[in-house]
Amino acid sequence: MFGYYLDLALRSLRRNRMLTALMVLAIALGIGASMTTLTVLHVLSGDPLPGASSTLFYPQIDPRDMDGYEEGKKPPDQVTWIDGMNLLHAKRAAHQALMTGGAVPVQPAQSSIDPFYSDARFTSADFFPMFQVPFLYGHAWGESDDDAKARVVVISRALNDKLFGGKDSTGQTLRVKDTAFRIVGVIDSWRPNPHFYDINMGNYSGLEDVFVPLTTSGDVRLDHNGSMDCWGTGSGDDDHMETQPCVWLQFWVQLDGADQVKAYRDYLVHYSQEQKSLGRFERPVNVALPGLMEWLDINKVVPGDVRLQTWLAFGFLLVCLVNTVGLMLAKFLRRSGELGVRRALGASKREVFAQLLVESGVIGLAGGVGGLLLAFLGLWLVRRQPSDYAALAHLDLSMLSITFLLAVGSSLLAGLLPAWRACQIAPALQLKSQ
Amino acid sequence: MMQIKPILAALKRHKAGTILIALQIALTLAIVCNALFIIHQRLDRVARPTGLDESNLMAISTRYVGMDDKDTGAAIRGDLAALRQLPGVEDVVSINSYPLRGGGWSTGVRVNVDDKKPKGHTTLYFSDEHTLATFGTRLVAGRNFQADEIGEADPKSVGDPAVVIISKALADKLYPDGTALGKPIYIGDTKKPSTVVGIVERLQVPWNGNWSDTFFENAIIEPFRLTGSFTNYLIRSKPGQLDALLKAAPAALYKVNRMRVIPSDRGVRTFAQVRERAYRADRGMAILMGVVCLVLLAITAAGIVGLTSFWVGQRRKQIGVRRALGATQHDILSYFLTENLLIGVGGVVVGAVLAIGMNLWLVTQFEMARLSVLYVLVGVVALLLLGQGAVLAPALRASRVSPVEATRSV
Repeated sequence: MFGYYLDLALRSLRRNRMLTALMVLAIALGIGASMTTLTVLHVLSGDPLPGASSTLFYPQIDPRDMDGYEEGKKPPDQVTWIDGMNLLHAKRAAHQALMTGGAVPVQPAQSSIDPFYSDARFTSADFFPMFQVPFLYGHAWGESDDDAKARVVVISRALNDKLFGGKDSTGQTLRVKDTAFRIVGVIDSWRPNPHFYDINMGNYSGLEDVFVPLTTSGDVRLDHNGSMDCWGTGSGDDDHMETQPCVWLQFWVQLDGADQVKAYRDYLVHYSQEQKSLGRFERPVNVALPGLMEWLDINKVVPGDVRLQTWLAFGFLLVCLVNTVGLMLAKFLRRSGELGVRRALGASKREVFAQLLVESGVIGLAGGVGGLLLAFLGLWLVRRQPSDYAALAHLDLSMLSITFLLAVGSSLLAGLLPAWRACQIAPALQLKSQ
Repeated sequence: MMQIKPILAALKRHKAGTILIALQIALTLAIVCNALFIIHQRLDRVARPTGLDESNLMAISTRYVGMDDKDTGAAIRGDLAALRQLPGVEDVVSINSYPLRGGGWSTGVRVNVDDKKPKGHTTLYFSDEHTLATFGTRLVAGRNFQADEIGEADPKSVGDPAVVIISKALADKLYPDGTALGKPIYIGDTKKPSTVVGIVERLQVPWNGNWSDTFFENAIIEPFRLTGSFTNYLIRSKPGQLDALLKAAPAALYKVNRMRVIPSDRGVRTFAQVRERAYRADRGMAILMGVVCLVLLAITAAGIVGLTSFWVGQRRKQIGVRRALGATQHDILSYFLTENLLIGVGGVVVGAVLAIGMNLWLVTQFEMARLSVLYVLVGVVALLLLGQGAVLAPALRASRVSPVEATRSV
């Protein structure tokens, strides 16, 4: 029966080529636009560390003075050196890491390569196990290196390829700002998206090339980058960064399970009270402990334009569908005579309904295929844009299946009303008017 | 207009089709109005003047490598001297940032030393007495810096300047009565006043995103050349010499000192390139919205053509009867045009409500302004005209139906 309906559908579609083309094109454009924007949104709002993100938290405390105090405001987005170090050394979480971004001058040993600046991350030992960073060669540095301000460095695969031709470079020396660092590890290809651990550096920027212990970076006076908020007598003076009343460091912890989260929140409250009684903190105790995904949400990491485009595209799809419903309705009703004959010859309402649904399904399928091609084209166009997330816009398997479901589902939905209306006709009336 | 009653009666027999066309017109109107509004907002943003004379202007960003930060002051002076000697260079400054660059300094400003809250927010530009000539901005009051007022400062510990030049927008914000010239201002948390010695007509902040919209023309120029490893050179060329300088200027810098990095990406740019890069996202959004609007309108028009064609085909016999009973071709034509107008009016009424509702929702979700009613009116007229245009071809075909059709049975 299905084969027969399909044959009927194709015949009917061929009879009115312009109209068929219009319906297919409308669905294809709608699907193509929605899938392109939805894919970009999907990529941008993804989980940077699937599996691990639910155990990562971003503690916030409020160390500022009373100037400009307003009740109910959130604590600062970053921590001071003193608080960061206190929380780091307290080791109340399974893992914890303190960090900031920077840019360092790399001086290659080869004279053939000019010195250049690399993005860097100054952090502590737990960064690597906590964020499950994969290593190509070697390993992370240890806590003892943090304490000793050791001249050790972990580099990215890209930098290793550039300077050492991709060979195992552990044990070799990397000159950074006239200082010799021993390479202890090379990170394998790894690019968490968004760049969640420091969203000051561009929400979707790639991995840094150079990782140096935070303590060492202060010792060697490497330049740190990112936002810095000072109050009172604070200034960005590098000589006294370790005592300045400025927040400029990110602090992440790993907490396994609700008990640990609660315990850590209590600890933050306790710590704030203690600092207040010591006179360092002035404001009422104000702590927050958002999880990773929540933190990305709070900071509206997904660009507004992308969300706007997605809504626009779905509005567009809706208009395309309404258009298709209207055209199919007109088309099916126009064939009342033919349908009347089929009904009179014994086809049940259900069978006529099924026949018409097959026809709309064919249009949906053709529109879906067209939409998929348009989505590929759209994503190719997105990838040519200069934004730092552009390179990520690829259609994965789940989005591919969603595209197809969306296409066939929406056009079947669009066929539902016309098919139902058309099979309501009384066969006798139609035959008489012939 | 006598025809409206029979038209309504006929439409009642095509309820579903009528509602679908009206709905499509309504949705199209809502989306197109909002999209046009967004396009307009983006283009307004792109059209904002920086306050600079942007022709004959170029920027170089450079970083020293392997040089102690304390020595960079002399190095920058050496660079400036070398650049100034190049043929074709009108003027040049070393500056921490410039409009449309995307990154820079911002801080609050107070007018009284005891004020707890800043009276205005501003960006800070650090440069010397060549700044105004290089920018090509005009003083509207006061004077330029004098050479002996210029100092050098480490970016990590910049002191408070004795004198500053500020933009007119900031001057009006701090001293609304227009008396800013010669008055003290307090930059950041400082207790030491800086005297306003000059006011420039217009100077934009380095950012062009939404977040700086509240202070996008508030700027202070401080008479310090910043040391440190990173700096920007802004070069004004003599007319017609810019292209030659794009190659000659970085070459001259490398000749002075090889221990530097000028990034291949965005290291050397004309100001036209700076502007293009800064507004690429806004322009892209505007183009995308424009394309979506056009395609939507085309689809809606095609839908109207398709549906009306069916109706005409369905009613050939009735049309023939009307013609046989004495209706002119013009009567038939105006019948279909009026029918479409009625559906269109229904659609745009719903669409106008939808457009405003959609805008109110967008305002809560995105940083957007309220839609002006003008857009809705323009959209309404445009869609009604579109409908009439789309229906014209099938209506003309209907008007040419011969009265003989009335006698045919199929």
